[in-house]
Amino acid sequence: MSKDAILGEIRRGLKRGPLPEDQAMALRARLAAHPRHLIPARSRVPRPEQLALFVRNVEKEYGTVAHVAGLADVPAAIADYLAAQNLPTDFAMAPHPELQALPWHLRPMLQMRVGRAQPTDLVSVQHGYAAVAETGTLVLPAAPERPTTLNLLSDTAIVVLRASRVVGAYEEAWDLLRAERNDPVSNGFMPRNVMLVTGPSRSADIESTLELGAHGPRRLHVVLVDDDPAAS
Amino acid sequence: MLATSPAFKENATQALANAGLQKALTRTRPQHPAKRAAAVAALPEFEQLRDIGRDIKNHTIAHLDFYLETWAGNVERAGGKVHWCSTADDARAAVLEICNRVNAKTVTKGKSMISEELGINEHLEQHGITPVETDLGEYILQLRHEPPSHIIGPAFHLNREDWEESFRKAHTDLPADRVFHERRDIMSEARNELRAKFLAADVGITGANFLIAETGSSVIVTNEGNGDLTQTLPRVHIVLASIEKMVPTLEDATSLLRLLARSATGQDFSVYTTFSTGIRRPGDLDGPEEYHVVLVDNGRSAMVGTEFQDMLRCIRCSACMNHCPVYFSVGGHSYGWVYPGPMGAVLTPSLIGIDKAGHLPNASTFCGKCESVCPVKIPLPMLMRHWREREFERHLTPKAVRSNLALWAWFARRPGLYRVATRAAAAMLGWMGRRKGRFHSLPLAGGWTDGRDLPAPEGDTFFARYAREQRAGRV
Ligand code: SF4
Repeated sequence: MSKDAILGEIRRGLKRGPLPEDQAMALRARLAAHPRHLIPARSRVPRPEQLALFVRNVEKEYGTVAHVAGLADVPAAIADYLAAQNLPTDFAMAPHPELQALPWHLRPMLQMRVGRAQPTDLVSVQHGYAAVAETGTLVLPAAPERPTTLNLLSDTAIVVLRASRVVGAYEEAWDLLRAERNDPVSNGFMPRNVMLVTGPSRSADIESTLELGAHGPRRLHVVLVDDDPAAS
Repeated sequence: MLATSPAFKENATQALANAGLQKALTRTRPQHPAKRAAAVAALPEFEQLRDIGRDIKNHTIAHLDFYLETWAGNVERAGGKVHWCSTADDARAAVLEICNRVNAKTVTKGKSMISEELGINEHLEQHGITPVETDLGEYILQLRHEPPSHIIGPAFHLNREDWEESFRKAHTDLPADRVFHERRDIMSEARNELRAKFLAADVGITGANFLIAETGSSVIVTNEGNGDLTQTLPRVHIVLASIEKMVPTLEDATSLLRLLARSATGQDFSVYTTFSTGIRRPGDLDGPEEYHVVLVDNGRSAMVGTEFQDMLRCIRCSACMNHCPVYFSVGGHSYGWVYPGPMGAVLTPSLIGIDKAGHLPNASTFCGKCESVCPVKIPLPMLMRHWREREFERHLTPKAVRSNLALWAWFARRPGLYRVATRAAAAMLGWMGRRKGRFHSLPLAGGWTDGRDLPAPEGDTFFARYAREQRAGRV
C-alpha cells in the first residue's frame, strides 16, 4: 500500500501516470549501457605514471606501499614489514588461491590462519582484486576467497595487489567486475559487498582533529607485485 | 525527533551564550572552507562535475518512480527485501518488526540522519531493544542524550573535556583515575568499548548515501569503518534510506562520489565507500544472512513537482552549513531538528511543516555562499525565499509572519549576535578572497528587503558598527 502511495505521489508531482513504455525502454537502455560521465584527466596518463599516481595517493592517505618483483617475494616482504613495525608474526589470511600458493615455507616464522578475520586478530592479509590510481583506492569485492572481515577487524591490514590490476578510474574497476564476475544469487555481477578502501580508518570526531585507527585498521600496507610489463 | 525549531530564537540566544559551543565553533569555523578549497583546487574538473551531479540527480528525480521499482526488483533478486514506508510511523514499525522477528536484544547502528529523523533509537528502546550508536561522534551523543549538531561531524560542538567527562561517567569498568593524554586515548577507549558491542549485536542498522537502480545496491561512505562493522558482523542488516538517495547506475554514483568527500571533508575520497547488494552468498565466510531496506518517503514525494523539488538533489555533504555564517554563529542545535544550516532551512519546513519551522528560512544572511559550494548546485537562498513567499501567499497567520518579522527585529536588536554573525560572514568572504563591498546590503537583513516592502532595516547602524569594528581590528 505504501508502495502505491509513494509511486502515486511521485507521479502526481511529475504530472503523469506510470512511465510510457517507450520512455521506460530508453531508461532500460541507459541502465544497460551505464554510460560514463567525465573522467578526471589525472588518471589518464601513461602506465608508469598511473602506477606512480596510485602509490602516491595511497601514501597521501596515510597508507604504505612495498614493491616486490614477483609473487614469490611476497612472504619476505610481509615478514620484513611486520618486523619493522614490531608486529606479531601470526595473521589471518584470505583463502584466496593466489595467496595460498605463495612460498610461505621460505619464511617459517610467519604463522597464518586461513579464513575470515576474528576480533582478536592483530594482522590480516587480504587479496586485492583491483585498485584505482585516481585516489589510491583498493577495490575489495566480497567472495568466499576474500572475506570482508579481513578489511575491518585487524589492527594492521596488509593487502597483496598485482600492479597489473591497478586501473586509472573507478569506472574501469566496475567494468572489470562486470566482465569477470557472475553472481550466483542475483545473476548480476555485484557480489554481496564491494569495499572501496582508501587509507587506514580514521576519525575527526574529537575536536575536528584527525586521528588514525577509529574502528577499522590503524595501518594499511599494500604489497604491490610488479607484474605489469607495461609499467616500466 | 521532537522539533524545537519553533524556538529558534531562544535556542540561538542560548547558543550565543554557550562558551563551550562558541569555542568549538571558533575552532572548526576556518577548517572546512580551507579543506574543501584545497581538494577542489586539486581537481580541475570539479566545476564540470557539479553540473554533471546536478543533471544526474535531476534525471533520476524526473523518473524516480521507474528507478525505484527497478532498484527494488534488483534488491529482491539479490535476496534482499524492500519495505516501502510512506511515513515515519511505517518505517519505525518496519524496523521494529524485523528486530522482533529475530529476537534482537541489541542493535548496532552506523551514522544515519534518517534514523534521527525517524527517531529509531527511542522507538527501539521503548520496545526493550538496546540501540548502540557506533560512529564515534554519535556514540558520545548517545551517552550524553544529545542530538547531532552537524550532519557529518555530529559532535563537533563538544570539547575534549566533554568527551573525557562522558567517558568517565559511562565506562565505569575502567579505572576512575585513568589519564587521557591525547585525543587518541579517548578514541582507543571508544574503539575497545564498541568492539564488544559490534560482536554482540543481533541486527546492524546503517543509512545509505546512495541507492543504485542498476544493481540494487546501497552505498555507505564512512571514515571510521564503524558502518562496515555494523553491516558485516550481525546476522541481519537493515538499511534506512529515503527515496531521493536513488541514482541509476554505478557510473552515476561514481560521479557523485567524486563530489561528495571533497565537498564534505575535503578528502579526495572517504576511507570506506561500500556497496552492499543483498545477502551473504553461498560460500561467503562473513556478511549478513538478511538484508532489508526500509525505504522512507516521509514527505519527500510531496516535494516532487513543487518549487522545492531541487532540494531532493541534496547528497548531504554539509558544505552549505560548513560555509554558513549563521550556522557558525548559533551552531546546529539552534535549528531545532535533524537538519541544520541552509539545507535544513529548506528541508525542515518541507518535512515537519512551515508552521513549525517557519523561522529557519529566515535565519539567513542570504550571502549566497551555500549555493556557491553546493556540489549539486541547489539554489538554497532562492528556496529559502520561496518559503517566505509561501508564508505570505498562504497568509499563514499574521502571527507567524509577525513572529518572523520579530525574528529579524530580534536579530537586529542584538548587537552581540550581529557582530558574531557578521564576523563569521566577513571571515567567509575573506576566505573567498571577495571584496568586502559585498556587505553593502547588510548581511542579516538583505534577504528581508529583497522583494519585500519592509521598513528600511537599521542596516546602516549595523554596517557602521561593522566598519568601526573592522577599523579597530576587531573583525
Ligand atoms: S544542500 Fe548541497 S551543500 Fe548542502 S548538504 Fe545538500 S548537497 Fe551538500
